Formats: sequence, structure tokens, C-alpha cells
Amino acid sequence: MRRWNFIAVLIAALIFLPLRVAAADLLLVSTTSTENSGLFSYLLPKFTAATGIKVHVVAVGTGQALKIGERGDADVLLVHDKPSELAFVAAGYGIDRRQVMYNDFVIVGPAADPAGVAKAASATAAFARIRAAKAPFISRGDESGTHKLEGRLWAALDLRPQSGGDGWYRSIGAGMGAALNMAAASDAYTLSDRGTWLSFQNRRNLTVLYDGDPALFNQYALILVNPARHPHVHVTEARRLMDWLISAEGQAAIASFKIGGQSLFIPNYGKETP
Amino acid sequence: MNDFSDAFATALDLMRSFDPAFIEIVALSLKVSVTAVFFAALLGLPLGALLALKKFPGRGIAVVFLNALMGLPPVVVGLVIYLMLSRAGPFGVFGLLYTPTAMIVAQTVLVLPIIAAIARQTIADLHTEYADQLKSLGAREGQMILTLLAEGRSSLLTALLAGFGRAIAEVGAVMVVGGNIDHYTRTMTTAIALETSKGNLSLAMALGMLLILLTIAVNAAAFGLRRRFSLLGGAS
Amino acid sequence: MSGALLPLRLEGLSFVAGDRLVVDHITADIAPDRITVVLGHNGAGKSMLMRLCHGLMSPTAGAIRWQGREAASLTAEDIARRQSMVFHLPVLLRRTVRQNLSFPLQLRGVTVAQRRKRVDEVIAETGLGPLADRPARALSAGEQQLAAIARAWVTRPDILFLDEPTTHLDPGAVARAEKILLGIRRAGATIMLATHDLAQARRIADQVLFLAGGRLLEDRPAKDFFTAPLTEEARRFLEGRL
Repeated sequence: MRRWNFIAVLIAALIFLPLRVAAADLLLVSTTSTENSGLFSYLLPKFTAATGIKVHVVAVGTGQALKIGERGDADVLLVHDKPSELAFVAAGYGIDRRQVMYNDFVIVGPAADPAGVAKAASATAAFARIRAAKAPFISRGDESGTHKLEGRLWAALDLRPQSGGDGWYRSIGAGMGAALNMAAASDAYTLSDRGTWLSFQNRRNLTVLYDGDPALFNQYALILVNPARHPHVHVTEARRLMDWLISAEGQAAIASFKIGGQSLFIPNYGKETP
Repeated sequence: MNDFSDAFATALDLMRSFDPAFIEIVALSLKVSVTAVFFAALLGLPLGALLALKKFPGRGIAVVFLNALMGLPPVVVGLVIYLMLSRAGPFGVFGLLYTPTAMIVAQTVLVLPIIAAIARQTIADLHTEYADQLKSLGAREGQMILTLLAEGRSSLLTALLAGFGRAIAEVGAVMVVGGNIDHYTRTMTTAIALETSKGNLSLAMALGMLLILLTIAVNAAAFGLRRRFSLLGGAS
Repeated sequence: MSGALLPLRLEGLSFVAGDRLVVDHITADIAPDRITVVLGHNGAGKSMLMRLCHGLMSPTAGAIRWQGREAASLTAEDIARRQSMVFHLPVLLRRTVRQNLSFPLQLRGVTVAQRRKRVDEVIAETGLGPLADRPARALSAGEQQLAAIARAWVTRPDILFLDEPTTHLDPGAVARAEKILLGIRRAGATIMLATHDLAQARRIADQVLFLAGGRLLEDRPAKDFFTAPLTEEARRFLEGRL
């Protein structure tokens, strides 16, 4: 019987003891690409050490991140889709947009490269080859920054591929990692940000087939959720985080985050796009 | 089958190392799911009893509705709770979104129909057997309900376990309302989803194995408890 | 002590189930401190009559009148709580025998110490000592029914209804049950027992109510009924003819 008393005490403790972790001072909503790369677990402890401010990160696609900001459920956003960011700020949902760092997108696919993407002269040409070969292509299909860039590349070709039909174009409505897992499992092409790609571990036959086109440039920007609209936003703490990330110290910290000797993000606050 | 042996080795390492981050995730998963089952039982057992014993117009519809809610997709529950707790929603002022409390609320809603539906069935069945006898012994309505709950303890424990199983295994609701925040709202299932998306399949699989192990342990404890329960129990 | 509720008067008691008159205008007086046996074939309406008397069912017509000196001043719940009933299949709780006996006292808010005292008393009276701490549901059918009788007696009811209590029991258990019932009568309770077992009626009845087809055909002292039945139906029943 003593054993059951012990179990009862254990259950009661689980229910009634408070959690050790206190609520955060700041909620940063960002993209899966940055979270999955491990950037935040590298950067934020440095920020917390410098300021004493604790930050919680929720990682979703850029489209959803902007929605969350619009509803006032975040303090700061770190996202990567300039047209929708500007629309977000213009609509009064956010203020103080600051470009903070960039990396680039890469087209990955099976090493055998049946569509000949590696020989393409530009990103749009690479997409045209995939379309011509009807080679399987995985689209995020989730209104993320990556998905929106992909849409712009197809639009440049006057194409708007639909999932279904002859089946080469597959819109999966999921994050970057899920898209890479699916591409790896089905020898398909996909568009990935370099950060997620470098930290991705289940590559199988996948390899980078095309990169380097300025059209694949991937700018990240910070936006403060408009406190005039949502008075509960932690403005002071949020500004400290934004200021720190664009400070010399923060920018150096971003540059020093590397996987396999390679920087994942290049700080560029106050500079023009390359 | 390299994948599985890798996962197995990773699982062993995780358990042996007592990695604090890992312990934290397991503890949060248990706390959220156990608390949700506790509150769902607190509400669901009386609700089940009410539906079993009280006759009122529309009871049949309520029962069908309740049984259907058992199949509620977690992500839909998550979405509804998200809209309620969001700053733009009716309970936004409490600032509960992306906290463990929000996860407990969502899982309580998820588990409540299971517990209430099984409790209703159990109590309705017991009632046909016991009603005359308990009335004859002098039981008032409240005493009748408490006695039927005590007599059905074995089936009701199954209801709690079914609820716990649903809560600990679901990812849709806790992901949407918890946000999978590191060291704060990351549970075993959201960690599995995250590691899968990072392509870290062996770690994801290892976490999955440990989740299964955990549910087996909880069910084994309940099995032992039920054996004590089935004939005896209750204060004199 | 049973003077509190009894005597009991049944006034034109009827019960209709569907289009069948299960209990057909029964009028009778149940006297205190005796064993009244309700005798008749299966389907004669015995069970329903007991349920009507005990208040588990409401009559379609007629009335139950408790005419004891205290009955008028008692609430309906007090009256119900001064009665007990043993069903032909016992429904014991999934607890020990001792806890089952304690249960009706617990419902009445009796203190722990008094409960323990009274339960020990009844266990001693009924000889259930060796079974007291066993799970009630694990006992044999006969033992379970003895426990059910003891549980019905533990509250010292004014009247104890028993509906075919020994139908499913072996002869040894029947004898023990009857011995307990005779003890309960000696202790001053009124007993109303339904049975189709003629031999049992002969052994324990003080008064016999003979029922056939829902109607009360004879209401007489046991020795008169068994030596000189007045109706043809009773004569055939006593001779074992259908």
C-alpha cells in the first residue's frame, strides 16, 4: 500500500508544484529556418548574459509569424519576406523594421540531377529545367518566406504550377525540414535556405545543385509589433533585443555562428544588399 | 535497419546521461498531461454521471455529441484554444498563449470528452444493476452518484488512462498553443516533431521510444492499481 | 420498536404494466413483529407487491399507509430509511463484507465508532466472522446473500422485505438464512418475505398472504392456511398441482 501512496504523492506533486521555469520577458516569433539552424540557442544566451532579459522563441513560417504579430501574440518578429513585411508595417501592425542579416537560398536535388539543374545559368533557368523534365519538386506550400520566393521564381517564368495533375509538383504545406525530408526520401528537388540545409542531417542523396544567383538572396529583418495597437507588448525589452542584434557585438555574434566552419548568416545591418 | 539501432543507442545514451534538457522535456510532458487529465476528470466524471442519471430533453443528442467529440482532432482543439487565448481573442488579457498553462487548457479540452463518455457509459450500466439496491439502502442522489463512481473505479481508471494516452501522445494542440519554446513549452512530442524536421531522425526516434516506454510504465502502474481496485478499495 | 412504522395498511393497491394488471386491488394489514410470507407462483405479483410496499415503485392506484404511532411525524425519507429490502440476487459493493455492512450506516451519517460497534454486533449475530474481511464479490452466491441479509439488518429497520431471497441457494445456506431471519424477528423486527417455496413458508411463516394472478386470495394465520385453505387455487398450490 505504501507504494501506491508514493505514486499518489508523485501525481499530486506533478499537478501542483509550479514549473521551475518562469515566464519569459520577451516573446520572439521567428522562422523555422533560423530556429532549426540552432542560431537562437547560440545567440540568445549571450544576449541574456548581457542584459538579463529572457527570450522565448516560437518558430513558424513567415506568413504565420506575421499573422501572430498582427493578433498581438508576439513582441518581436524576425522574418524573411520583404514584400509582405513592408505590407505588414504599412498596415500599422508593426514598426521599426530593421534588416539585420542575410543568407541565401540554394536549390537542392538528387546528386544524379536528372533535370540538369547544375548546368543552369540562373535560378529561373534552373526552375525552367525542372519544369521541362517534369522532375519531382517539393514546394513548402505554407506561405513562408521560402515559399513566397519560390512563387516569385515561377512567376518570372510565367508559370503557376499546381500540385496534383501529372504529379511532378508537390505542395506539402509544411516546414523546411519536412520538405527536405520528403525531397531526400523521394529524390526530388526543392528550394531551401542555406542555414537549414547546412544543419540538416538526413540528406541521403540530396546535394546543392545551384546557388549564387542574386535572385536567391535571403534578407532577414526585425519588426517590433506595434505597441500602439497592442499595449501589452514588452517595448523596452524588445528594443533592447533589436538594438543588441544590430550592435557591433550582436552583429559579430551572428557572424561567429558556424556549422562545419561555414557561417550560416551574414550580418548586414546598415549595409545595402550585396 | 541501421536507423533503428542508431535510435536505440541514442535512446540509451539519453537515459544514461540524465541530460537535464531531456529530463526537463519529460517532466513538462508528464506535468502537462497529468494535470490535464486531473482537471478533465474533475469536470468529466460529474458530467458523465449527470448524462447517465439525469433525464432532460436533448440528452440523446448530448450523448451522441459527446461520443463524437472523442474523435476531435488535436490540431482543431489547438486552433480553437489559440483563438480564445490569443491577445485578439476573448481571453487574451490573461496573456496565456505560448505558456504551459495554455497547453494544459488545450489538453483538458481534448481529454474531457473521453473521460466523460466512458464515465457516462460505466455509470449508466452500473445504475441499472445498482439503482434499486442503493435506493433501498437509503442512498440520496449525491450518495448514489459517489457510490456508482466508486464501484466503477476500475473502468474509470481505464478512462483516465485513455485520456492520458491521448494527451501524452498528441502533438497538434500543444504545438499550436505552446509554440514548442525551448526550455519552456517543449514536450516530448513537439521535440520529436522538431528533430524530425531537422532531419535528426535517430534522435527523434529515440525520443519516440522513450515516450512509448513512459506510457508503458504509467499503464503498468495502473494495471497493478486496478488489480487492487477491482474487488476492494473504498474507506470503511 | 417496530411500532414506530407498523402496522402497515395496503389500500386497494394496483399496478398496471402495459395493459396487464400485475397487482390487482390488494387490500391487507401487515401486523408488526411477525413474519408475513407472500406466497404464490412465479408471476403471481409477489415481487411487484414488495416493491410497492418498500416504495421502489409507485402504485397505479391505491395507497400504502404506515400506521405506527410515529409514522405521521416522520418525513418520507425517514420512513424509507426505517425499512430494508433483500433482493433475490444480492448486489454487494466491490468492497469487503465488513465495508458492505458499514455502508448503509455511513449513508445515515453514523459515526465511525458506532458503525464499527454495530457492524461487529451483526457479524457476531449472523456468524459472518470468517468472511468479514474478504472481498464481498468473491464470495459464493449463498455467502453473498447472507451478507446482503446482514447488511439489510444492520440499520435495525422496523420492517425487512425479502424478495425470494433463497431461490438460488443450496439447502445449507437456506437453513442459515432462515436461522438469521428468525433471530431478526426475535430482535423485534417485522419481516415480509415473498417466496414460491412451500416448505420454507411452512417453516417460518406466522401469517400468509396467498397471491394468484395479481389478486390476494387468502390472508390468514399460517397454521389455518396450511391446514384448511379456503380457495381452490390455494388447495391446488398446496397439493403441488398447477
